[in-house]
Amino acid sequence: MTVLDVKDLSVDFATEAGTLQALRKVSLKVPANRIVGVVGESGCGKSTLINAVLGLLADNGRVTAGQILFEGKSDLVHLDGTGMRALRGQRIATVFQDPMGALNPVLSVGKQMRDIQYRSGRSRKEKDALSVEMLRKVRIPDPEHRLAQFPHEFSGGMKQRIAIAMALLMRPSLLIADEPTTALDATLEVAIIELLKDLQKQIGCSVLFISHHLGVIAELCDEMIVMYAGEVVERGSTRDIFHNPRHPYTKKLLACDPARLARREPRLPTIPGTLPDLRNRPKGCVFQSRCELADDVCSTMPPDTALSTSHVARCWHTDETAGAAA
Amino acid sequence: MSEQVLIDRPSRQRVAKIGRVLRRILREPLGAFGLTLVVIVVLSAVFADVLTSYSPTKLAPAERFAPASLQHLLGTDHLGRDLFSRVLHGGRIALAIALGATGLSLIGGIVLGLIAGYGPRWLDNLMLLLFDAIKSFPTVMLALTLVTLTGPSLLAVLIVVVLVNVPGYARIIRTQTLVLKSAEHVMAARSMGASTARILTIHILPNVIGPILILASMDIPVVVAIEAGLSFLGLGVRPPLPSWGAILNDGFVNIRDSYWIVVAGGLPIILTTLGFTFLGETLRDVFDPRLKRRE
Amino acid sequence: MLRYALKRLGLGIIIVSVAMVMLFAMIYVIPGDPASVALGPRATPEMIQALRSRMGLDQPIWIQFFRFYFSALRGDLGTEVLSGRPVLDVVFEQLPYTLALIAGAISWSVLLGIPLGCIAAVRRGGFVDRVIGILSVAVIAVPSFVIAIYSLLIFAVALQWLPAIGAGEPGNLASQLKHLALPSLAIGVGWVGYIARMVRASMLETLEASHIRTARAFGLTDRRITYSYALRIAILPTVTLLGVGIGNMVSSAVFAEIVFARPGIGKLVYEAISVRNYPVVTGAVLVTTVFFVVVNALADILIGALDPRVRTSLN
Repeated sequence: MTVLDVKDLSVDFATEAGTLQALRKVSLKVPANRIVGVVGESGCGKSTLINAVLGLLADNGRVTAGQILFEGKSDLVHLDGTGMRALRGQRIATVFQDPMGALNPVLSVGKQMRDIQYRSGRSRKEKDALSVEMLRKVRIPDPEHRLAQFPHEFSGGMKQRIAIAMALLMRPSLLIADEPTTALDATLEVAIIELLKDLQKQIGCSVLFISHHLGVIAELCDEMIVMYAGEVVERGSTRDIFHNPRHPYTKKLLACDPARLARREPRLPTIPGTLPDLRNRPKGCVFQSRCELADDVCSTMPPDTALSTSHVARCWHTDETAGAAA
Repeated sequence: MSEQVLIDRPSRQRVAKIGRVLRRILREPLGAFGLTLVVIVVLSAVFADVLTSYSPTKLAPAERFAPASLQHLLGTDHLGRDLFSRVLHGGRIALAIALGATGLSLIGGIVLGLIAGYGPRWLDNLMLLLFDAIKSFPTVMLALTLVTLTGPSLLAVLIVVVLVNVPGYARIIRTQTLVLKSAEHVMAARSMGASTARILTIHILPNVIGPILILASMDIPVVVAIEAGLSFLGLGVRPPLPSWGAILNDGFVNIRDSYWIVVAGGLPIILTTLGFTFLGETLRDVFDPRLKRRE
Repeated sequence: MLRYALKRLGLGIIIVSVAMVMLFAMIYVIPGDPASVALGPRATPEMIQALRSRMGLDQPIWIQFFRFYFSALRGDLGTEVLSGRPVLDVVFEQLPYTLALIAGAISWSVLLGIPLGCIAAVRRGGFVDRVIGILSVAVIAVPSFVIAIYSLLIFAVALQWLPAIGAGEPGNLASQLKHLALPSLAIGVGWVGYIARMVRASMLETLEASHIRTARAFGLTDRRITYSYALRIAILPTVTLLGVGIGNMVSSAVFAEIVFARPGIGKLVYEAISVRNYPVVTGAVLVTTVFFVVVNALADILIGALDPRVRTSLN
């Protein structure tokens, strides 16, 4: 079963300098019980994608085309505020990047966890008991006592654990993790990744894991999606994409990952060129200005070429990219 | 020749700048309204003698307590004096005190602020303590104490306003001076042996004066209120001089029978404070949106 | 927390001491001899001399000051010139009326200002926001004594909805509240404007915070997010604002007490001036100054109690 099925989603933002197309024909699937990674540079549309799924686009943002099917039935694009609120935090939960600012500073952790359960009809005692259980699951020591404490009394790593506990409190079927480890240092990062993996198995939810850290994605995710300038340029199983990348951007991205470099380079490689201006998208392929394979055909919109049942790349030249891995 | 050019350009720019600011004020409805009120108040004070033939102080017992009419636009008070005339002439006193007292406070604030910011650390701390202490007296209580000893007078009003305003201005100037003290151009001037006086007047003062002028212009309605308030209590302008506060007091005593006296005394205060405040708010937004954060 | 509270109170004591030096210096520097001021123009030189030595004015200045300072510390603010009653008793007799007035003004300003600021923030940029914005500036601009006199004229004299004079029958709470309504509103209405503006600004800032995004992502209702999650943070600066504004309110209270003929410190001082009862004036000024400094310190301490972030950083 597919928990989240995004089909040809396009999102525009109205800005003073004109309309900015932040997402163009984005398609992706999150199957049940799977961890799907989304990778891309900053500004590639990862946050817009999350906000569109959560129905939290800024006031100037608008979905212009496409569908977001959740659990096979409701199209989140056309869901009203009340219906969306009933899903958020209950069926779709989110862990955000910045653990320092993600919790309300003047309310106790226990109060915030109780508030999330406001639809459950449980008594205050039952709510607290569940919160304690969840905090124990994310390995917060002495949870009964810490429920009364305020966010600033916890360390950064602990706050992120609490945020995860809050997200999983209502046993959602989809957990969106928006760069949950970026603000943490490396040792904490490993611990959080392990924790997420564990909990996902225990609870049996799907995870949409956003990161720009390829190593984390490789470690954690079953499938992955590569985004560039508001488009999904390639998606497939993590194995396929790491071993047989077919989009020129994915190839370059993998080549730039310091962890994958065969030997120590004096200077880290980068992709030459810059992101295209999203207010004035190039005709056809978004990556053509930085691509070595670009030719005349690239100025028409490339098709989503199916390379296997699950592996898709949005490129005209998938034949030429076959074989030799980066 | 070259000097001519140097002087000419900035002044022409300045005229253009004033024009720009004026246009931006008028574009805001609130700013246009405030400016209109201020212009009316100022003109009616300046041309008081032209606008009315009645004397503000001449007693006319036969015409006591006359309600508003064509002869007496705002009516007369308990001594038969024409209230319209008293209001216009009272405006002169209110505006003169507002400008004079604000100017004096500015000078005081700038001098003390520069000393606190540029002088030795101990002096800075001592002055800050003094400023805090002055601020801990409620304005009216300070005024009451002063007037008990000096007796009511214009001078007492002036002293109160200066005492109340100086700490605020000085604090701002001090903070700005502290920041500028270690700025590059000041360090450079200092290393080239510029005197303290030169550094303060050439390098620091021009950079700190802008925001303080805007703040001072926003304090004008406050000063108008202090003068009117003290005169209402009989601690400010002495009778028979016309003052809006004094008219209010005359009216307050007779509020049950002759409501128009109170109305005549209060209206100009309301119009003036509103006008200057709306204008000041708009000015601040136009000139320096950063100041808005200070609220 | 306790150490912070003590430190804050210590600073308050220093400020009061400096204020006392200034008060004393002012009396000393300003021409006009307290004794002759007290006795009036018809006093003979002998009478003035006698009063001067009774008041200690013939002593060297520093002895005068320390006598003034240490007796004030003991609560001795001198005696009333005419009746001979201790000044402190006279002042404390009037203090509750003024405190009630200020408490009333704070209630008005908080009860009206916080909701208005909140509405303005929620309706940001709309018509309601603009109206609230303009009204806030207007009530801040117009001096409170003009508001007091006009509200007396409209509500007490013309419409006769509320009583015009006095503080109400002793022991009758309803009557006292009725008498409190107009004067406290006259003082508080300007603060409605201050608080509305401040709450609006801090509300807008808070609504941008990432924890508000979290709350949204957890499906909390907009109502709960605005009025519980954001407002809890946005009202914190109100305490500081009111703490700083207390001096301003005392000033306004003087006018309100005179306009509405209410007993209180302001009226006490005003009447003391007209009969040149000079120890009462300095005594009352000193008490209000101490009051101001204490309230300021309390506001800082209260912020610590209300904001868990501050609370912990102080421990």
